Amino acid sequence: MRDVAIVSFAQAPSLAAVDKTETQMLYPVITSAIERSGLGRKDIGFTCSGSADYLAGAPFAFVSNLEATGAWPPISESHVEMDGAFALYEAWVRLQHGDVDVALVFSSGVSSRGNLREILCLQNDPYYLMPLWADHVSLAALQARALLDAGLAKESDLSEVAARARRNGQANPNAQVSGDVTADELLSEPYLVAPLRPSDCPPVSDGAAAVILVAGERARDVCERPAWIRGIDHRVDPHYPGVRDLSTSASAALAAANAGVADAPIEVAELAAAFSHEELILRDALGLGDDVDVNPSGGALVANPMMVSGLIRIGEAFRQINEKGKQRTLGHATSGPCLQQNLVCVLEADS
Amino acid sequence: MSERCAVVGVGQTHHVKVRDDVSLAGLLREASIRALEDAELDWKDIDSVVIGTAPDSFEGVMMPELYLADALGASGKPIMRVHTAGSVGGSTAIVASHLIQSGVRERVLTVAFEKQSEGDTTWGLSGGRSGGVGAGGYFAPHIRAYIARSKAPEYVGWMVAVKDRLNALKNPYAHLRVEDISLEMVRDSPMVWEPVRRLESCPASDGACAMVLTNEKGGDAASKPPAWVHGTAMRSELGQFPGRDPVNPKGGQDCAADVYAQAGITNPREEIDAVECYVPFSWYEPMWMENLGFADLGKGWTLTEDGVTALDGDLPVNASGGVLSSNPIGASGMLRFAEAALQVRGLAGEHQVEDVRTALGHAYGGASQFFAMWILRAAKP
Repeated sequence: MRDVAIVSFAQAPSLAAVDKTETQMLYPVITSAIERSGLGRKDIGFTCSGSADYLAGAPFAFVSNLEATGAWPPISESHVEMDGAFALYEAWVRLQHGDVDVALVFSSGVSSRGNLREILCLQNDPYYLMPLWADHVSLAALQARALLDAGLAKESDLSEVAARARRNGQANPNAQVSGDVTADELLSEPYLVAPLRPSDCPPVSDGAAAVILVAGERARDVCERPAWIRGIDHRVDPHYPGVRDLSTSASAALAAANAGVADAPIEVAELAAAFSHEELILRDALGLGDDVDVNPSGGALVANPMMVSGLIRIGEAFRQINEKGKQRTLGHATSGPCLQQNLVCVLEADS
Repeated sequence: MSERCAVVGVGQTHHVKVRDDVSLAGLLREASIRALEDAELDWKDIDSVVIGTAPDSFEGVMMPELYLADALGASGKPIMRVHTAGSVGGSTAIVASHLIQSGVRERVLTVAFEKQSEGDTTWGLSGGRSGGVGAGGYFAPHIRAYIARSKAPEYVGWMVAVKDRLNALKNPYAHLRVEDISLEMVRDSPMVWEPVRRLESCPASDGACAMVLTNEKGGDAASKPPAWVHGTAMRSELGQFPGRDPVNPKGGQDCAADVYAQAGITNPREEIDAVECYVPFSWYEPMWMENLGFADLGKGWTLTEDGVTALDGDLPVNASGGVLSSNPIGASGMLRFAEAALQVRGLAGEHQVEDVRTALGHAYGGASQFFAMWILRAAKP
């Protein structure tokens, strides 16, 4: 495989309701990612984005996002109806060809335009599950219950995760919720959907992010401390919640194995755990020990723009190497109800 | 690029107005199983799945790869979902081919689909709430501009319609079948979007298309002849701004130039033996002939008039009957790519063009702003 590195990352602050169009929100983010890379728009050989029409409530919503890339003259470009982390995967594959060296990856999601708990019901099997209107919070609660019933966690463990996320969020200017709270304080909240309390659930967020990938030696030319993609893989589980053991994540474990997570110690992991129990399931599935710093940004519990959250995790994992001097970090993305699909990206600094 | 890519399996459904006998998953499985059987491979042989479809709102299922993962045997495997508007079927095949060419995967199943009967596509195409014009209403002014510029006689559009409908009669999977099609019948059909008449328009179809792509080892091992990928390209451009030419978009020209260069093609008119290109309304055949470099500017229509693009012509275009005959939107681009594969493999049956060594698959989308193309050959790159 050709070595590919992340050399820059930018994100918009996650907001409960952005007062701009998706394109307007994206433009400064893309511009910033490009400027930070020291490269120009003309250097970009491939562009790939991720978004979901349904969030914007309009078919072909992604088309207008092309405006934010300035696609003239015409660009070599593709789009996935998925989290931007999967667009990053596609761009990484594209860079393996060797004919282009630089890729722009971006994603955006404006969840405030509709009712997320209604909209995400449409991700379910349209014939058998969707008519039940089982929303993503309720399905997450089923998974949390499975974890508790299996004796793998207590409710206080969930609140510990939620409290740490809020405390970490205090240092993250892009966080939507944060605070110096304890697990005990959060445990006193009434349930939202038992056994999940409001603090166990993510905020509804609007946001955008962009990443520049550079292949080969050129990455070192443009970036003082690039983060090399040492392993990247994604896997999916069966769709029906009843088919799989919800207390664990087979697809996350498989993706981690294929991405070589266990090959060397991970210092920091940014996990797209939008619900507190998901962090516990993912820690276990990815084989992350207690010594791994998980979600120092606060993670998806403090800012969760749909279709962007995963790309932000990889971006934060990049920042840990690029800005904080870490050697080996992990970014994770997920899609679908109950962590159905998982992507794992292992980043390394030059040793 | 570390690996060669071969198309070793092609499958499609019989495209019809309403497939109410199967679910979405059933529809995709039908095409996928046919592709696997053609490739003489099984579900377990597949190491990655890439699907594509037009906007989710056409069927009302958000990110359907999640629901379809079970039916496509993707559990424990990677699955991706591509969406690039009308070009999506082509882009999906290209994303799948890149997984092979990069050496990341060895045997990829790629599937594109649309089940228009489960939703209201014209509503969706019109941007939902804005309601009304549909794709024909959007493209008709571009067609009028083409006719004004090229001074093409109006019967050229009817000729394309007759040709593609005759070709469709030779393709058992084609949706629209008009046995007694004639120029007069097209001419007398109702005007839908001036100058596009009803019989010059594509139908709304339910359908799916699937392909199995492998690396060189897989291509060599296939018992049926594979189609080898010699070039892939995608281009996107802004949909609206002064100075853009939507009749002859630069994105299409650049995409063609890129894919020809990869395949070492300097004279496409001479070196390409069959074309499957995305013609949802008859006039797009002459328009794309110019955009793709098969004819000089303003002369694309003469290829149609002279019978060059007919099944027995020198450059047969849409031997399958094309989008004019079957339009499961999300799958329509992949059908072009897959039919190009059938042509170079010599497996197109009754609509086989004689002696095809090189074929072009073409798809476009959005406001004529997204392009996807590939060049296939019977010989290895």
